[in-house]
Amino acid sequence: MSDANLAAIEMPEARIARRDGAAARIVLVTLALGFLALFLALPLAIVFIEAFARGWQAYRNGLADPDALAAIWLTLVVAAIAVPVNVVVGIAGAWAIAKHEFRGKSLLVSLVDLPFSVSPVIAGLVFVLLFGAQGYFGPVLASYGVEIIFALPGIVLATLFVTFPFIARELIPHMQALGNAEEETALTLGASGWRTFCMVTLPNIKWSLLYGVLLCNARAMGEFGAVAVVSGKIRGLTTTMPLHVEILYNEYMSVAAFAVASLLALLALVTLAAKSFLEWRHADEIAASRRH
Amino acid sequence: MSAAQRSVPVVIEQASRQFGGFAALKGISLAIAPGELVALLGPSGSGKTTLLRLIAGLDQADQGRILFDGVDADVLSLRDRRIGMVFQSYALFRHMTVADNIAFGLRARPRRTRPPESEIRQRVGALLDLVQLPGLEARFPSQLSGGQRQRVALARALAIEPRVLLLDEPFGALDAKVRKDLRAWLRALHDQTGHTTLFVTHDQEEALELADRVAILNDGLLEQVGTPDAVYDHPATAFVCGFLGEANHIPVELKGGEALFDGSPVFHAGANTSGPGALYVRPHHFRFDIPGATALDGHVANVRRHGAIRRAEVAVRGLARKLDVDIFSAVAPAVGERVGLRVTGGHVFAGA
Repeated sequence: MSDANLAAIEMPEARIARRDGAAARIVLVTLALGFLALFLALPLAIVFIEAFARGWQAYRNGLADPDALAAIWLTLVVAAIAVPVNVVVGIAGAWAIAKHEFRGKSLLVSLVDLPFSVSPVIAGLVFVLLFGAQGYFGPVLASYGVEIIFALPGIVLATLFVTFPFIARELIPHMQALGNAEEETALTLGASGWRTFCMVTLPNIKWSLLYGVLLCNARAMGEFGAVAVVSGKIRGLTTTMPLHVEILYNEYMSVAAFAVASLLALLALVTLAAKSFLEWRHADEIAASRRH
Repeated sequence: MSAAQRSVPVVIEQASRQFGGFAALKGISLAIAPGELVALLGPSGSGKTTLLRLIAGLDQADQGRILFDGVDADVLSLRDRRIGMVFQSYALFRHMTVADNIAFGLRARPRRTRPPESEIRQRVGALLDLVQLPGLEARFPSQLSGGQRQRVALARALAIEPRVLLLDEPFGALDAKVRKDLRAWLRALHDQTGHTTLFVTHDQEEALELADRVAILNDGLLEQVGTPDAVYDHPATAFVCGFLGEANHIPVELKGGEALFDGSPVFHAGANTSGPGALYVRPHHFRFDIPGATALDGHVANVRRHGAIRRAEVAVRGLARKLDVDIFSAVAPAVGERVGLRVTGGHVFAGA
């Protein structure tokens, strides 16, 4: 259906809504905008105002600090591991749930949501209990020289746990709506499983996947609670950007704290912009891949 | 195209398939000759699509085997089966052009058997001509009508030079007019290309019109296989009789070769069985008679137009359902008029 047709269909409804009361509309819009201004725009502005409170030089010093650079680097490394792993696991999980029938499927669906409903701090504690020095596997691992808690592996594990649902949740409903017929057709036409995945499945889910990756990445870089518990906050070694911000803030180094925070805020803005741009640029294709 | 040489016989031997506690197929055997066009006909849930998926290799039989040209299909990969499958939803690759859709099977071949790109393009063009959609190479599926999508799906299936063509409710999602056109077109295409073809349908008219032979499935079992004339004129079971075309069901008592209704003979059953039975009479196998002359005595409830003829609904004493009776004479009985009915043809089955 073309946009013109859609507009023609939606028009009468819009007219009714308009007649329903201009006053109500104004109140609702004001309320929504006011809320956004107070809880989103204002804090965001303050991050940048505080970061530049003592000028560009102080801002740069805050970011150029070796500990800050280490935190940025660690954050990038964690995201670079967590996002690809969650892409693979998320696709596999969504595939299993959307395209197969098996016992315990509904249990798996609720388990996918679990990280959303568990406090990140609890998630972090679980890993400490499992792999910490006094934990179940900690002593054994330590005897082999494997460090998980207070080290990169622990941070990656905690981040994986917290960010897992983003990609799977984006893909499951989409893949369910797509069904199996295209894949089955490809197989009967002689395509291998891998070719079917690359040529048929992946192009069909690419926009949902990209959404998931953007959200997953934003969370992987911004996660605080779970990472705080497992990292031990060793400066320059196990502090990610959010942890580094907190440490600096607690030490009253507000310019440096907000300088690093501004990077995280920038990441959020870029994610939002990328998502909006994709939606705008590929609106037809996205709609087509969901509708057909 | 010399598809006739490529076509192979397909033999299904005692195929069974269970889904959890539900038996979708309960041991079906069916032999399909090379180049034959066979319809799998049955109500929904009868197992016809399950059977099609077993043949395609998309599902595995619990018991029994399927032979392609004498070779057990279990040892063949999906690619080696060389099945051209068309799904009810068409399942066109939505992000690919029509040309890329049709070429998919050729490009998916291993490098040594893959034709060069120039030949693929040429083949795509020839197939689009065959399905009467020339020049649509660059379109996307979303830019096609339902009937066009159907034909692209068929062209894509034909591109791999299938040994067997499987069509799942090929016209299910189309409106009545397009369906009729495509039916005639598919028959002509089959005569031209000669693929061994199996198609699933729940539309008896479609099956009878299109197929060389019709296999009627019910509840996971094969009720009857035969030419359209054979299954229509000589239904083997009460189910087939009731499913193919319209038939009035009259409970009767069988005795001495006669079917008795209300104690009086209504039809000569032939077979010498006794006990309760069922008499199936098609609407055109009734003749009006004077009231009281036959055991079927009732009054005309209404008269309706039914295509070329008119049809009366006759309420008969002792029958819960009114009988559909075709009216051949120009003079129709009046609504409310008392009439007798004589049975000129029918099918008798023992048992209730």
